[in-house]
Amino acid sequence: MTYSVELSGILRSAGAAEGAKLSVSADGAEYVGTLMPHHEFSGPDILILKLKSGYNVGVRVGPGSAVKVLERPPERVRRDAPVEAREGLPTLVLIGTGGTIASYVDYRTGAVHPALSTSDMVGSIPEIRELANVRAEVLFSMFSENMDVPHWQELARAVAREIDAGADGVVIPHGTDTMGYTAAALSFMLGDVPKPVVLVGAQRSSDRPSSDASSNLMACARFCTAGNRAGVFAVMHDTPGDDSFAVHLGTRVRKMHTSRRDAFRSIGVPPVAHIDAAGRIELSGEGRPVSDGKVALRTGMERAAALLQYFPGMDPDMFAPVFDRCKGVVVAGSGLGHVNERMIPLIKGATDRGAVVVMASQCIDGSTNLNVYNTGRDLIAAGAVPAGDMLPETAYVKLMWALANTGSPEEAKRLMATPVAGELSDRRLLL
Amino acid sequence: MTGEMVCGIEIHQQLDTCKLFCSCDSRLSDEGEGAVYRRLRPTTSEMGEVDRAALAQFRRNLGYRYQTAPGASCLVELDEEPPHRANDEAMETVLMFSEMLGSRTVDEIHFMRKIVVDGSNTSGFQRTALVSTGGAVEVGGRSISILSVCLEEDAARKVDAKAGEVTYRLDRLGIPLIEVATGPDIRTPEEAMEVAQRIGTLLRATKRVKRGIGTIREDLNISIPGGARIEIKGVQELRLLPLYVRNEVERQRMLLRVKGILEARGVREAPFEPVDVTDVLEGCGSKVLRGALSAGGRVLAVRLPGFAGVMNGDGGTLRLGAEMAQRARARGVRGIFHSDELSFSVGEGCQPAYGIAPSFVNALAERLGMAGEHDAFAICAADAATAEAALSAAVDRANEALLRVPEETRDPLPDGTSKYSRPLPGAARMYPETDVPPIPVPAERLERIRAELPELPEVTEGRLVERCGVNAQQARQIVHRGCAELFERISSELSLAAAAATAFLNTYGEMEREGLDPHSVPDAEVLSAFRMLSESRFSKEAMPALLREMASGASAEDAVRRLGLESVGEGEAEAVIASIVAERADFVRSKGAAAVGPLMGPVMGALRGRIDGRRANELLSKEIAKLLG
Repeated sequence: MTYSVELSGILRSAGAAEGAKLSVSADGAEYVGTLMPHHEFSGPDILILKLKSGYNVGVRVGPGSAVKVLERPPERVRRDAPVEAREGLPTLVLIGTGGTIASYVDYRTGAVHPALSTSDMVGSIPEIRELANVRAEVLFSMFSENMDVPHWQELARAVAREIDAGADGVVIPHGTDTMGYTAAALSFMLGDVPKPVVLVGAQRSSDRPSSDASSNLMACARFCTAGNRAGVFAVMHDTPGDDSFAVHLGTRVRKMHTSRRDAFRSIGVPPVAHIDAAGRIELSGEGRPVSDGKVALRTGMERAAALLQYFPGMDPDMFAPVFDRCKGVVVAGSGLGHVNERMIPLIKGATDRGAVVVMASQCIDGSTNLNVYNTGRDLIAAGAVPAGDMLPETAYVKLMWALANTGSPEEAKRLMATPVAGELSDRRLLL
Repeated sequence: MTGEMVCGIEIHQQLDTCKLFCSCDSRLSDEGEGAVYRRLRPTTSEMGEVDRAALAQFRRNLGYRYQTAPGASCLVELDEEPPHRANDEAMETVLMFSEMLGSRTVDEIHFMRKIVVDGSNTSGFQRTALVSTGGAVEVGGRSISILSVCLEEDAARKVDAKAGEVTYRLDRLGIPLIEVATGPDIRTPEEAMEVAQRIGTLLRATKRVKRGIGTIREDLNISIPGGARIEIKGVQELRLLPLYVRNEVERQRMLLRVKGILEARGVREAPFEPVDVTDVLEGCGSKVLRGALSAGGRVLAVRLPGFAGVMNGDGGTLRLGAEMAQRARARGVRGIFHSDELSFSVGEGCQPAYGIAPSFVNALAERLGMAGEHDAFAICAADAATAEAALSAAVDRANEALLRVPEETRDPLPDGTSKYSRPLPGAARMYPETDVPPIPVPAERLERIRAELPELPEVTEGRLVERCGVNAQQARQIVHRGCAELFERISSELSLAAAAATAFLNTYGEMEREGLDPHSVPDAEVLSAFRMLSESRFSKEAMPALLREMASGASAEDAVRRLGLESVGEGEAEAVIASIVAERADFVRSKGAAAVGPLMGPVMGALRGRIDGRRANELLSKEIAKLLG
């Protein structure tokens, strides 16, 4: 909600800008305070003042009210001290994209900024400089729900540029909502990237003393500098405590909780590594060590693709336009990868036209298997291919990439069934 | 005391609703489960800077552990889920209370995040909203202004602390608190208590506040002319309020006297030049020093030219040394010794103070090169770095005495004094709680609340006097205790006003002094105890014991059974009394009928309150008459 026409008029004629000290008398009471930005949910006739005590209060301004400016907003001076590189330390490049990890509330104005600059982020964790020389750049300032395929492509190009220019690792602060998708996209686009590329986020914004942003960033920096693993990863809390962090493979990671710090989980595989409070890294299993070399970048993506979730009663008529428009569809089916029998002709029609239809499972964990039940066998007959134990989201990202980087639907199908970045496995262990 | 003083109080009262930002119960839990480890990082300030001292502390690896409490904590307390909407009942209560004070409620309430990095809030901030300003309370014919009424969340409860780690339980975190602050209008120590009492009574009149130990806490702000604003934080015992005020006024006066003496002597700031005097004190008898040395520590000393006699002097009325020691203790040592408390005199009858013989004291003075008339010193034993930091803090405190009374936050002690806690915090850093939407307060809502305001305490008091046969003073106490409703019921339904008055006015106070919480007993159980009394199931003398038993969690029925209180039969009582009289036959014969009085004690003791006193008296008189023939 914005200000009412009347209130906007009153503010304009009084020359009252955000940050100015005002006296507002309304309804027999007088409040003196600093004008704060209007809150989305505040009434249109409400002014928000920050009183001397620090409290914000909403003051209703009506016809009998008087607004007087006592002081203009103060100039804001910021000092950014240049940081000198230290010899012998590896170089980390932070490529900021936005999200909670980069968002903060301005203490002075009360406004929520989605864009703490990446250098601000580094500046607030001076101890990171003991591990590496850190260079920071801002590529995007957005919440991750607004990320789109072109952003992944631009990000992949930026990462490749930095690694080709000699970075020892790239850290990507990212909103958590779609971090898993971006991690999967980078995993495919960057191929056998020779260095660690690590996405990191926060579930609590950086303005809070309890934020997980800095500890996740530190864990990230430790993994990049001492983990000796190349690839695309995501680092977040492993427990609700600030003493345990997990490194997840980019194609296997999923946000499994809306708000907890340990929302991110490796699905179907153990995390690549655990990092404890003292910074000790415990790697699990085999991995690709860090090496020299350039990035073999393949950023092509087929945009005519969709990810659908099967639900009981799913009506083929409703989804026919989607199947008609797409060159690739991933359906997160029930159980081992099933849909109702009414959907099967729709799928067959699509594959007959040359589209690739991939059956994943909304169980999230475990592998699809289309040989066990009749429905599965019917789906195979209709031309669908199983996603195996690929996450539905990873399967969707991979399908776009496979369609754009192969010459035919058949090749794309073969690529879907071939592990490229650890996204797919024949063996599932009891974890 | 009529001297000039300025005092304001801040009262924090827990509300008896669900938690402020989630649906957990607002109750304390005896058990804590698990322990989530967290750290709180000082955040970037308005100017893009990080507080160096706070960051240094963070980098020393101070951490916090949080125990969850079944039923009384969820993901919100753990800072793992955003806060829910502010509890409406709590909001209604604070609006009601604001109206009772005549405060002006803001048009839209905005919750803020007040930065607190001591770990008592998992988020690193306390959620608080300013609800109303202005208004007043009338106390003893004076009007005490109200500055603000806020609604905020209580902090987590500290349950353990060890080096580098503090453990909190989450049960208390998030309990709604009304915070009401008065203007600096209080002029005497007694008035501080009366104002607190009046505000407490108004809070209880809302009928939605918690009662009992720890549910209401007072902060005192005290200063005298030439002194400084001192905050004594977290007083729980109302009756001690005047004592805290009086002692603080005395303390500030003492510090002004010290300043005067030092000025008259022309004392200058003492430089901090610590000297290692471990060798001088080798073989000294002090247990404290020996303990520190055997743990590999050192003894450091500093000279304090000009400070003799003010650290502990004038018959113990000058006590700068105690202030210095408190600062030193805040740096992790057990204490310091200073020259005012050590004995220099050698000879007959001269006892070493603190086990440090005068020969050692004199050797110390010599090593430090003490020459001036008022030269003094302080020593501290601990590992070298800690001892140096502690002594440095003590010297800083001594030097402050030359300039002013330092502004401080102090902790109340049970004896009515206080001790240094930390410097007075600067203006609180507050910024908006963006996860909680602003709450509009339409005029209609306030009008409705105004129309339904609870009865004012004086009205209730008047009715108690009129209908229940208590005097004005007693009525006031019953209302202040929040027992008025229960008292009226017991009085009208059971006609036991006198017994109820005794319980609420005397027994409850005794129980609190014993550390029992009478308000932990549900009203229904208290009523049921009085109902049993009205049915003569036990005697009224047994009521105090019964209430004590019930305060430990027993129902009225169980308590009666556990204490074996069911009234004795007439026959059994007669037999017991007869045997007591027979045992003391000689005494009875010598005293005659006057023996009744002295024998009532043994009789009631033997019957353990299972008989009404008057009836016992009758039986005893009869038995004595029988013996006397």
